[in-house]
Amino acid sequence: MEKFDANIPIYIQVVDIIKREIVNGKLKPGDKILSVREMSIKFGVNPNTIQKALFQLEREGFIRTERAVGKYVSDNEELIEVYKKEYIHTIVLQFVQQMESMGIDRKDIIKYLEEENHG
Amino acid sequence: MDSLIQIQYLNKSYGKKKVLKDVCLHLEGGKIIGLLGPNGSGKTTLIKILNGLLKDYEGKILIDGQNIGLHSKKIISYLPDEPYFENWMTTTDALNLFCDLYDDFDLDKALSLMDRMDIEKKIKIKELSKGMKEKFQLALVMSRKAKIYILDEPIGGVDPAARDFILDIILNNYDRDAIVLLSTHLIADIERIFDEVIFIKDGSIVLHEDTEELREKRQASIDTIFREEFRC
Repeated sequence: MEKFDANIPIYIQVVDIIKREIVNGKLKPGDKILSVREMSIKFGVNPNTIQKALFQLEREGFIRTERAVGKYVSDNEELIEVYKKEYIHTIVLQFVQQMESMGIDRKDIIKYLEEENHG
Repeated sequence: MDSLIQIQYLNKSYGKKKVLKDVCLHLEGGKIIGLLGPNGSGKTTLIKILNGLLKDYEGKILIDGQNIGLHSKKIISYLPDEPYFENWMTTTDALNLFCDLYDDFDLDKALSLMDRMDIEKKIKIKELSKGMKEKFQLALVMSRKAKIYILDEPIGGVDPAARDFILDIILNNYDRDAIVLLSTHLIADIERIFDEVIFIKDGSIVLHEDTEELREKRQASIDTIFREEFRC
């Protein structure tokens, strides 16, 4: 069961999780996505919450519905690319601001990044 | 469409003490609804009235368009807040009892749930641990194909790991058009499955809202909002 921040509407967090799966390639353009029921059980949340999340993803163009068949990841790679860039930008900006607030300059930020052995 | 459960100006007293005051609720199918309030706030009294166990109340209640009676008992699957099995009963006796009592009981479903919980057949129910007993009863109740599920404190005695399992049982087994009305005072572990929450305080409904809208509006979890609302 997924961990959620109970202070933020859960459908928004589901939207973010699915967008991230699209960005990192876990879900590929044209892939069929799980049914509402399957997703509800996977995430351990109410089916209506999933419905709401899917509705928003569809409105934003990340998924599309084929009538009576199911929902699929959108082929709109441009949209996915734009979202990916925005997402990366947000995280990097946050990181840089935090580092700068500790008085670390750009050169050292890069040094720390290179030193960091992830995982 | 009319609401599946309609309650209008429900009042109930025990002697001079009013335990439910002008309760009005309209609950629609397809929703999992949390009935939340501290101990003694009236949750169980309300639930007992809906199940036809308490009769001397004032006000009007319609369930699926009809007064409380045979029809409502048929479409409500009810998990009481305390065990109701006799001491001599085994798990198999309980399964047989449910088969006899309810046309909509799905024996295969109950057996597969018991299998997942490692509860054997022909075991005396009183020999099960408190948590196991709760899970077993919930499995029976959720194995009915009912229009309304009323679960009174289903997660009281179980550990956090079992709570996830219980949420899983509820999400897996309720019909998409049904109502699940679930009372609890342990909100944090379970608020993610609610569509709507009802706060009940000293017998009055103080709040009835969509959970996601409530989170958005107050920028807080239902658990936090509950603690603010009921601060002593």
